[in-house]
Amino acid sequence: MEFFSPTDLLGSSPILALGIFSLIALMANALLKNSARVVFFISVAGILAAIGCAVSIFPMNATAFSDMLLVGGYASFFSVLFLVIALFSMFIAKPYLEREQFHYGEYYVLIMLATIGMVMLGSSADLITAFLGIEMMSVSFYVLAGYFRGKLSSNESALKYFLLGAFATGFLLYGIALIYGTTGTTNLLRIVTMYPQAFNDPLHIIGWGLILIGFGFKVAAVPFHMWVPDVYEGAPTPVTAFMSTGGKAAAFSVFVITFSVPMSMRDERLIMILAVLSAASMLLGNWFGLSQTNLKRMLAYSSIAHAGYMIIGIASASSIGQQGIAFYLVSYALTNLGAFGIITMLEKENGGNLNYEDYAGLGKRKPGLAALLAMFMFSLTGIPPFAGFIGKYYLFASAVQSHLTWLAILGVITSLFSTYYYLRIIVYMYFREATNHEEIILPKLTFVTVILCGAGIVLFGIFPSLIFDLMKSIF
Amino acid sequence: MNNILTYTLFSPLVGIFLLLFINKEKQSLIKYIGIAASLATFALSLFVYFGFDAANTQLQFVEKYPWIAALDISYFVGVDGLSILLIVLTTFLTPIALIASWESITDRLKEYVSFMLLLEVGMLGVFLSADLFLFYVFWEAMLIPMYFIIGIWGGKDRIYAAVKFFIYTMAGSLLMLIAILWLGYYASTLPDGYFTTNLLKLYAIAPGIPMGIQVWMFLAFALSFAIKVPLFPLHTWLPDAHVQAPTAGSVILAGVLLKMGTYGLIRFCLPLFPQASFQFTPLLATLSVIGIVYGALVAMVQTDVKKLVAYSSVSHLGFVVLGIFSMTEEGMQGAVIQMINHGLSTGALFLLVGMIYDRRHTREIAQFGGLAKVMPVFSTIFMIVTFSSIGLPGLNGFVGEFLILLGSFNSMFLGSFWYAAIAATGVIFSAVYMLWMCQRVFFGKITHEENRSLLDLTKREIALIIPVLFFIVWIGVYPSTFLKPSAAFTKQAVTQLQNAKSGNIVPTGAMGK
Repeated sequence: MEFFSPTDLLGSSPILALGIFSLIALMANALLKNSARVVFFISVAGILAAIGCAVSIFPMNATAFSDMLLVGGYASFFSVLFLVIALFSMFIAKPYLEREQFHYGEYYVLIMLATIGMVMLGSSADLITAFLGIEMMSVSFYVLAGYFRGKLSSNESALKYFLLGAFATGFLLYGIALIYGTTGTTNLLRIVTMYPQAFNDPLHIIGWGLILIGFGFKVAAVPFHMWVPDVYEGAPTPVTAFMSTGGKAAAFSVFVITFSVPMSMRDERLIMILAVLSAASMLLGNWFGLSQTNLKRMLAYSSIAHAGYMIIGIASASSIGQQGIAFYLVSYALTNLGAFGIITMLEKENGGNLNYEDYAGLGKRKPGLAALLAMFMFSLTGIPPFAGFIGKYYLFASAVQSHLTWLAILGVITSLFSTYYYLRIIVYMYFREATNHEEIILPKLTFVTVILCGAGIVLFGIFPSLIFDLMKSIF
Repeated sequence: MNNILTYTLFSPLVGIFLLLFINKEKQSLIKYIGIAASLATFALSLFVYFGFDAANTQLQFVEKYPWIAALDISYFVGVDGLSILLIVLTTFLTPIALIASWESITDRLKEYVSFMLLLEVGMLGVFLSADLFLFYVFWEAMLIPMYFIIGIWGGKDRIYAAVKFFIYTMAGSLLMLIAILWLGYYASTLPDGYFTTNLLKLYAIAPGIPMGIQVWMFLAFALSFAIKVPLFPLHTWLPDAHVQAPTAGSVILAGVLLKMGTYGLIRFCLPLFPQASFQFTPLLATLSVIGIVYGALVAMVQTDVKKLVAYSSVSHLGFVVLGIFSMTEEGMQGAVIQMINHGLSTGALFLLVGMIYDRRHTREIAQFGGLAKVMPVFSTIFMIVTFSSIGLPGLNGFVGEFLILLGSFNSMFLGSFWYAAIAATGVIFSAVYMLWMCQRVFFGKITHEENRSLLDLTKREIALIIPVLFFIVWIGVYPSTFLKPSAAFTKQAVTQLQNAKSGNIVPTGAMGK
């Protein structure tokens, strides 16, 4: 009996690369003094290696480890996305942690470990792989959220996230158990083809419902969103940047694969549940976003709302919807990494300088920075020519195509709400005079990363085919 | 010269690119670059204008490249009789607006010039697009520079005005987005159909949309355009935006931006949803007539000159919408020419108001009086523009209003001469409010000592306004030059509407590849 086929090795190569490099980094961290810089470079090298592996297996379209892991195509696309997010959030984190004098190697190791979980999520062809991925990612997140161990808010954030996250994982696992109980398999590729009659079994449906709760928690959809604002606000800003982009993208990648199984049955009830979930997230996320005064909290509510927009793509169960989600995740990741990157540069100790008023007059003090933040806000609102618009266009198109026009209408109306609070930052930056005249020091690494994010949303906004052409072979 | 439209459309970007490398302290260099870029765009647009074949009703200078192939979205631009004059108007007014801000804008000049040039790209894009997606992209993208222009360089309540402008326009256009998506989806449900936003393909199939849905489609598009026009009762953003915007912003806003709404009605609403358009004709005609009278009456009681001109826009644009929904050749042609007229005369009025504001830092009518004595040149020019605005024969305004009234008087689509009759009172009202304002500002005794020392127009200011006056007179005396480009287009549009009304043409539903 053969233990490993070449496909197995190739398919898991991004995970292996990350795993090996994170172990090396861990060793270096333990053995060397003042090792944070070294660990940073090892981690960057590990991520670049993993990106190389993921890109090289992109043309493959196979499964590995007896259909546990997807190889190439979809999995590679998302792996590259997660890896780029991880890389960018490391770039954002380094100057921030150095300034906060809390720069230790563990940080990068944890980011890599979380990324392994994400890559597993994006490649899961089996509910067990999905579960492993979620746990791997979430446990790293719990630790990262509490990284500033001396700060109360950071501890609170970690504890809240952990308690609620563990609870949600319980639902997920219970759901998996019910599905296994009713079909005898946890493999996503086999459930429908082998046991279509299982969908007549209420226990099977309940199983999917419980899985939905688990995923709903991870993507921060209403009514499973309670943890988001506090966790986002309390966690160190670079961690929030990583969680809100990487965590969300990973959760959505597995959400899409997993739910393509029950959605293929075109069950009206399930479509309605997803549509309501999406509608509630868009409404509540944007509604509460209106009254925020703290940027991190505002972006937390905006993250809930954006989860709502993306769930439209799942509810529509069409390839346009899935492509829309994938594109949206790319644009959302770049936008939020950029926005959080800017926040890390302007933040002061103990969560100072995070309110709208602190951004007054930024357009004059730092024109480049303000222009970038304005672009990110326009992209989040969904104004062309930025990438956020193309994503919304695809998602709303998928809703209209799947006879969910009401959802698309709700989507645009809530976008209108969101215009108000996204524009408020621009109002402060450009239309008000500065109250604070302290000099702003921009760390080069972060600034370059933010510029890359900005260039990305313009590039993909004007030439979206760069991404859609890649997706032709995937969906 | 194959890509002349693309060059015209994106030439302002060259200016922005150059500005990136200029130190912000070099103010006059920045101005020269901005003006040079906009003049280059104007020159390019003249190539288009003189190469345009007025007898041809098809889109000309067409360029088409696939953009997002999966949804049949393409970069598809072209001009026809409807857009050609609006394009030249846009490229004509932009350098004028830039020169007008020569002295009044000193703060963040580089950003200002960049936003003006970006705005020009957006406006040209709206008029050139022959793909709904592309159109929507420009339509929305254009909000960003205008938002900043009002918000940064505007008056006291600029933030309120800028946000209101942005949200109002967004509100309308988002529903239009859903309608665009629905049109694309409808195309994909037809036999051999596929999702598309190509306007020419949609022209062929959209009139066949079942009436129950066509009504909603029409409303979604019409709402967006009605906000932009603005049609009564959706006009409340306009006075705020106009009064708060800097002079150049007002000129562009009144001169070009408002025309996008009326342009959209002719370009999209009527040909895509003819049946629904017939059904809503009484409603839109009534609203436009109310707008004509209401705008005029409100203008009459204004104490601020700029606000007065802003409300007069509501009234004048009401005429344009009435002309469009008369669906007669005269009415439609009158509407097209009136868009240009309003752009010229209201643009000129805002320029003149800006000039006096730069001198006195007030726009209150009561603060003036007897200006004709101290500023003879300014007063003369202002009077000419006033006559143009109120439609004195021999000047441009008369041509448009006359054609519109003629068209709506015997329109079978409106079905009643009352629309024209009531609208005609608007002409009288406009004479009342404009002349009364002029009388209080320019004639009589000088009641405020500050006004005695006012300087008359500088050479730069005169040079700025002369080209506008030139066209005001030209259109008034010999309108054929400017009626010719749109003649074939309106004839064809009206014929198609008449056919749709009598049911002669059943939409084929063929999309073509």
